[in-house]
Amino acid sequence: MMKKAPPKATRDDSQASRRGLLKMLAALPASLMLASQISWAAPATSEVNTSGLAVTDDTVTVGILHSITGTMAISETGSVQAEKLAIEQINATGGVLGRQIEYIQEDGASDWPTFAEKSKKLLVNDKVAAVFGCWTSASRKAVLPVFEQYNGMLYYPTFYEGLEQSPNVIYTGQEATQQIIAGIDWVVKEKGAKSFYLLGSDYIWPRTSNKIARKHIEKLGLKVVGEEYYPLGHTQFNSVINKIKLRKPDVIYAIVVGGSNVAFYKQLKAAGIDLTKEKPLLLTISVTEDEILGIGGENIDGAYAAMKYFQSLDNPNNEAFVKAFKERWGDDIVIGDVTQAAYLGPWLWKAAVEKAGSFDIDKVRAASPGIELTTAPEGYVRIHENHHLWSKTRVGLAQPDGQYKVVYESEDLIEPNPFPEGYQ
Amino acid sequence: MFAEYTASELTAIFAMQGFAGLILFSVLVLMALGLAIIFGQMGVINMAHGEFMILGAYVTYLTSNLFSEYMPSLFDGYFFVAMAMAFLVTFLLGMLVEWGLIRHLYKRPLDTLLATWGLSLILQQIYRSVFGAREVGVTLPDWMMGSYPLTDMVEVPINGIFVMVLTLVISIGIYFLMFRSRWGKQVRAVVQNRPMAGAVGINTEKVDRLTFGIGCGIAGIAGSAFTMIGSTGPTSGQLYIVDTFLVVVFGGAQSLLGTIASAFTISQAQSTMEFFLSGSMAKVLTLLFVVGILMLRPQGLFALKIRR
Repeated sequence: MMKKAPPKATRDDSQASRRGLLKMLAALPASLMLASQISWAAPATSEVNTSGLAVTDDTVTVGILHSITGTMAISETGSVQAEKLAIEQINATGGVLGRQIEYIQEDGASDWPTFAEKSKKLLVNDKVAAVFGCWTSASRKAVLPVFEQYNGMLYYPTFYEGLEQSPNVIYTGQEATQQIIAGIDWVVKEKGAKSFYLLGSDYIWPRTSNKIARKHIEKLGLKVVGEEYYPLGHTQFNSVINKIKLRKPDVIYAIVVGGSNVAFYKQLKAAGIDLTKEKPLLLTISVTEDEILGIGGENIDGAYAAMKYFQSLDNPNNEAFVKAFKERWGDDIVIGDVTQAAYLGPWLWKAAVEKAGSFDIDKVRAASPGIELTTAPEGYVRIHENHHLWSKTRVGLAQPDGQYKVVYESEDLIEPNPFPEGYQ
Repeated sequence: MFAEYTASELTAIFAMQGFAGLILFSVLVLMALGLAIIFGQMGVINMAHGEFMILGAYVTYLTSNLFSEYMPSLFDGYFFVAMAMAFLVTFLLGMLVEWGLIRHLYKRPLDTLLATWGLSLILQQIYRSVFGAREVGVTLPDWMMGSYPLTDMVEVPINGIFVMVLTLVISIGIYFLMFRSRWGKQVRAVVQNRPMAGAVGINTEKVDRLTFGIGCGIAGIAGSAFTMIGSTGPTSGQLYIVDTFLVVVFGGAQSLLGTIASAFTISQAQSTMEFFLSGSMAKVLTLLFVVGILMLRPQGLFALKIRR
């Protein structure tokens, strides 16, 4: 019990000494107990691990797989921080089935084949019990066959386009219908919106999302006055802004991502479209607090975003989460929707493992549906049969300081529906 | 398509659209000038051009932080200081890179492609380590944001005007530097015939270093100006590199006038098509158009006539 903390877990850890102390304190009474009592506290490895995973008597190894270099590092950094924080917090409260979590972090380097290769390494060589990772749909699609072949478990944090449901993935972000339909219903009901201009970056997520949005808008009997896409990384939006001025939609529905985002909002402001006047109103599903850092709060002031989490959510869980996150990663950090969803991953896994009483992937999978978290920063969440989360959708109003003010919250949890009928 | 709009609405939109085309033109020229000097005049394929631009943007970011911290009263004018700083920093780095890397490769122009690409990766990682992986937000003085209403309906973005004026000033500056100064004459001599230029007593090494430095310096100014319209992150430079090469190659690599003509053609084609078609389609057609012209005229729009 008194053995030294393994080097992996303490790699970049400023809390190492504190945790070491905690461990010693925890070990003190334990070492006085009888052997049988110890095994009662932490069930024998042979019982909880029948499939050869990296589980020892006092540790369990998991993988973290995100891009920390390359284009996507901008977005994925927050997820890595959230997952590490969750793992540290779980360890500080006794770990999972009496075992401390160690992690092996791999870099997907914003390159999809690298993601596949690294996930194979984590599953086959390191035999990790779960992987928290991936961000873009492309990286998820690249690792999916690996996870299905070697039977691993992936906790995927990003809101995405849906149309997927794998027994080897738990989707902790929202799928498209959860995010889109509630947001559109809200602008129609509260703001009396009648016409929409759909705009996006040109790849699968914005296109699928806009398809769902268009169907829903037309089902409500309202009008889509324009729909178009710009290549990823496009930096000149003056033409589309002119078109928007000409068509005068009530709502600009924008799913622009990455560096294009910054260009789009700066040019929108420069062209004299003041979002705070809400004529037209702008609703986005792609700008979290993370993106606002690059855009600049003063440039996006007055825009609305529909997603499940905002840093400013007012509840005790979130207060504790934001405080812990800032203590761990610095005061000036912001927390976006995906970061929070990434934070849920390790907690959901822990709950499933404890319910199953085993680290075995098959048992964890069987135990997952119905798992609930009452301590989630976004509030209560529950895993659906289809491996997505029941969650609420909120609408936030962007403030000049780069935060969102929550102006609406769906009354009930919204059921995840990755294969919406009539929307494809 | 336009049946439901009034004539005055249409006039206003076309005026603004024309202006959008001009802004795009200025942006392309500003992006491409630095590369046109380096690629066109020296034959160095500088893949790190985008990273030099982003260095300019980061210098602007630092300057803006400095001013808002220590001299908030002067914040309105910080941008001019930032541009000068951006030029200076990228100019010096450019000279350093020329001295440490490029000058060993003049006899192997294709290898400059690999070497500068490696340099761009190194610079990206340095930005990531120093400034973090996330994009930084550059705060602009209020007077530079927003738009100026010409009539009730026609509004022109102020940062667009700023970029246009800047491009004009820099283009004129380069014209005088290249075609009216002693240094320009030397550069042109070295481009046309390196051994001969050396034989008549031109210090070709010094000319090379200065040329490369100035090309990078202009990239720095461009990067600084683009904080108004684009993002500033470790990999943002990659957003510009394709368009930049497109403009320079299409214009005819060795002709600065060609660069300007090509920027004009591409920007007008693109912004017109963006208005009538969707964004991705416009880009595809623009590229097809450029490829088509280059098939007919491989030397680009303007070719330099020299006896070889």
